[in-house]
Amino acid sequence: MLSWLNQTEILGTIMSDLTADERLKEVSTIRKAMIRPELGAICGAILVFAFFLLVAGDSGMFSPEGIQNWTIVSAQFVIIATGACLLMIAGEFDLSVGSMIGFAGIIVAILSVQWGWPIWVSILVSFALCVGLGAVNGFIVIKTGLPSFIVTLAFLYILRGLTIWLSILTTRKTIIGGVRDLAEGDWLAPVFGGVILKDFFQWLGDVGVLETFSRGSRVGQPVVAGVPMLVVWAIVLIFFGHVLLTRTRFGNWIFASGGDKLAARYVGVPVNRVKVLMFMFTAFCATVFAICQVMEFGSAAADRGILKEFEAIICVVIGGALLTGGYGSVIGAAIGALIFGVVQQGLFFSGAESSLFRVFLGVILLAAVILNTYIRRMITGEK
Amino acid sequence: MTEPIIQMKNIEKHFGSVIALGGVSLDLVPGECHCLLGDNGAGKSTLIKTLSGVYKPSAGEIYFEGHPMNFDFPRDAIKAGIATVYQDLAMIPLMSVSRNFFMGNEPMKKIGPISFFDHRHANEVTMGEMRKFGINLRGPDQAVGTLSGGERQTVAIARAMYFGAKVLILDEPTSALGVRQTSNVLATVDKVRNDGIAVVFITHNVRHALAVGDLFTVLNRGTTLGTAMRGEITPEELQDMMAGGQELATLEGSIGGTV
Repeated sequence: MLSWLNQTEILGTIMSDLTADERLKEVSTIRKAMIRPELGAICGAILVFAFFLLVAGDSGMFSPEGIQNWTIVSAQFVIIATGACLLMIAGEFDLSVGSMIGFAGIIVAILSVQWGWPIWVSILVSFALCVGLGAVNGFIVIKTGLPSFIVTLAFLYILRGLTIWLSILTTRKTIIGGVRDLAEGDWLAPVFGGVILKDFFQWLGDVGVLETFSRGSRVGQPVVAGVPMLVVWAIVLIFFGHVLLTRTRFGNWIFASGGDKLAARYVGVPVNRVKVLMFMFTAFCATVFAICQVMEFGSAAADRGILKEFEAIICVVIGGALLTGGYGSVIGAAIGALIFGVVQQGLFFSGAESSLFRVFLGVILLAAVILNTYIRRMITGEK
Repeated sequence: MTEPIIQMKNIEKHFGSVIALGGVSLDLVPGECHCLLGDNGAGKSTLIKTLSGVYKPSAGEIYFEGHPMNFDFPRDAIKAGIATVYQDLAMIPLMSVSRNFFMGNEPMKKIGPISFFDHRHANEVTMGEMRKFGINLRGPDQAVGTLSGGERQTVAIARAMYFGAKVLILDEPTSALGVRQTSNVLATVDKVRNDGIAVVFITHNVRHALAVGDLFTVLNRGTTLGTAMRGEITPEELQDMMAGGQELATLEGSIGGTV
């Protein structure tokens, strides 16, 4: 028995000598799969879907309308999570995302409804202002060397306060309506508020794949009118973020800036520029979210986006990114956002107490962080 | 003897009222390993940071290939062919070897109007270069964190060589390493030197210095105590110069052997 063991061991050593360094242990396929940032999120997504298929399978959650419902919610999370993901990999946080959402929306509403500017100008000005504010966030972090956590926490309050003050100053209200009427016929508004593939969905309705309305003003129209632009934005941002991160030089710089900024700087990576650009991108994503929401509701409110910064960070962490930076994946963050959306809406469909949603969030966040720490130890080999 | 690639003449560096370097002269010759020894605070780091473009000297001149050298950023020095490998700052542990290898020098491939990171090229080169230096990677996507400290130094040295370094500055590459890893790094230094690169090897371990050095310069309190050729100086003499002599000799006696 003993000699047999020895023989296989020796044979094993010889075999591995032919192929690789004997000091490296053979890595099992499972372990290899484990050290991908997305793995935890993929498992989580499968679990969540299986759970709700069992619990809420007949509640309409997986009917076309139900799917549309949680797809839109997930897409909202994806939009802010993509920005937060790239920023976190670059080694920084942005806690002002939620306030930025409120601010961007109110700016569009004030400019268009109160000042009478065309919607498209209002949207572009809002983008310019918010991306500029993102750059300000970034510059303060770079110049002072303070943790981005503190700097953007300050902006969380500054922007929220400004948003409410501006809204009350101009309209004496914190909700500004009437955007929808102005958006009619605007060339830029449908990019954020419309639906695409209308004809295709109509055709699906006509041939009976999709249910159609049988009563009311929309008789004959399919229950799902098309793919909302919100979802299109989410897909475009995932694609852009993923390609940028994994397939470009700039992506390598993002990893390097978050992994070790000094080491990166010593080989000539413009760490400051990378970080400021990522703050700007996060602000851009927040603005996309805000304007899609304004177009959907037809109004802007000063309290929109509260807690979104944390929800974005949770999506990213569920998606396998490390809070300390230098590691993560946009695809993972997107799956994290999907889990988030499905659970939030799924609990509603299954009739569970909505307060339980927060309990679930806390638990999944903790589980994700523990799993991520374990994964990092496997990658770096530290004990 | 070939012409020196770098000549430092009476370099001074002051930080406020502190004189970190008080007139240091140094010649670096291609194919020679110049060991820079000195205890903590002797000015070794200031000297190499001056050489690698991080600091500007307060006085004195540096000639690179015969021309006065005036670097504003570390980037300029890297471009000119002066590569510095810092002890713990060489690599990013969470990133793959190939991403680390090409960090800041990413190979690009154009697809349509957009330039993409050419991963295939990067992976091939990384595997090949690592093999040259005797490191067998599991794959180019292996994280640097799984490599030993010595291997990380070797990757950093290989990277500097691949990108055309003419002068290689190693900042205490062996100070945190075990015996086996140290000999691997020293072997790498030897290989690099034989390829005709001017090497600056900073250490406070006399034995490591004697193992690969051709020239030995001892720094103490911001000035050179002299430069010796290989064979002109014994380990004990070097050790004494570094520590400022007598005191250490007595200490050494009481602990019974070479420090």
